[in-house]
Amino acid sequence: MGGIRAAGDLVARLQMTRGMRLHEAKQYVAGKLGVTPFDLSDPVVMTDVRNEHGFGRIHSYAISQPQQANMIEAKVNIARVLDLPINCVERFRERTAPVASGAH
Amino acid sequence: MTSEARVPTRMADGTFVRLTRSEIKADLVAGSEAAVKRAKVPPLPDDELEHLLDIYASPARFTGVDIGDEVILSCDGTGMKTHATRIQDLQTYEQWMGADLLELCVGDYSLKVVRTILAYEAQYMHDALLATVAPLQYGVMPNLGLYSKPDGPCDNWNELLPLGRIAEARASEEEAVEMAVLDMVHLADSQYEAGADAIDWDTTGASGDPEFLAALRATALIRRKYPDFGVQLGMAGEFVLGMHGELEWDGVRLAGLWPREQLLLAQKAGATMFGPVVNVNTGKSCAWNIARAIAIVKPCMAVATIPVHMNAGMGVGAVPMFVHPPGDAVCRAAKACVDILRLDGL
Repeated sequence: MGGIRAAGDLVARLQMTRGMRLHEAKQYVAGKLGVTPFDLSDPVVMTDVRNEHGFGRIHSYAISQPQQANMIEAKVNIARVLDLPINCVERFRERTAPVASGAH
Repeated sequence: MTSEARVPTRMADGTFVRLTRSEIKADLVAGSEAAVKRAKVPPLPDDELEHLLDIYASPARFTGVDIGDEVILSCDGTGMKTHATRIQDLQTYEQWMGADLLELCVGDYSLKVVRTILAYEAQYMHDALLATVAPLQYGVMPNLGLYSKPDGPCDNWNELLPLGRIAEARASEEEAVEMAVLDMVHLADSQYEAGADAIDWDTTGASGDPEFLAALRATALIRRKYPDFGVQLGMAGEFVLGMHGELEWDGVRLAGLWPREQLLLAQKAGATMFGPVVNVNTGKSCAWNIARAIAIVKPCMAVATIPVHMNAGMGVGAVPMFVHPPGDAVCRAAKACVDILRLDGL
């Protein structure tokens, strides 16, 4: 489906960690993003949608800006917008949370 | 001599052959009939054979599914130090190739090898997750054979079986299963703690029913411990070899199971994705092989409650047994499988 060029990574995440079949996963992601399932594999539509939500995009000097979310930052946004806890995001929060005991 | 035009098409060893549309149709029908005979599945109906004929009799260099019908492409081995560091490899697949999901692994890919470096692999997963966006799984092949001598501690059942020492061979296989289950769960523990999205049991069942049993048991344990941790279970072959012959899981004898029954057990164990395999016959055309493969996998689709990602790569799923599979053959196989089976992924 084009990975982060479009929404392949988002649909794959629901298949991989929630066991959702393709149609159900596409419907879920499209519903959360306010697009149609057809749009999810269109890099033209999804590049803007990803930028709007801070989901990370293909690196390109033409469109990439340092203030945009990427990598783990993008996954924090994906987890929030898709209402989908992501294991590494939860770990990231745990590891960066202030602790009185200094037990990081 | 026929006057019917010939089109270039592939044998499943990758070589070109020029066949007429009628000859390709005959191969498709024969492939479907081969599946009926071997796997006791229904034959493909005429309309599906006609659709396959249109795909395989086309002289086009490239083909694909209809726009909007795209499926998820899963993979193994995208982060294995192919050309740079493993993290750079993962980033390359994500950024340059638009991979839907990524996989970290080591080159050997065997569970028994990875069990000795769990901490290193977990640390690497932790770092890789900070630097990627696409979902990232850790992949191994259970490769139960490595648990037998001389590579492992168990007596070698492949040496015992030809000697007629059946009971000893079976006992050794059962001992290896216990070790593998423990190693698979420990691997999942360490990868889950690192933050991985999923674990991938690749080429499951390569050592037959004991290996499939180990994967099912480990998957069930992992599901109970980590409800939202992905487990991809991909098979090694089209039916489960009976290297033991008497092993059961959940009351089902494992030896001789075909994809539909494999899937039912995988999803009952708690797998989140299932990858059925149909091996190629290199002496037949890709058209023969695609009809056979689709007919064998088709019964899966009616009972699947989890995504089915049929294996379509070198030597499986009607993709030629050649190290760099020709794109024209790969895209035909992919389109055929998605169009007919309505797969969730490949």
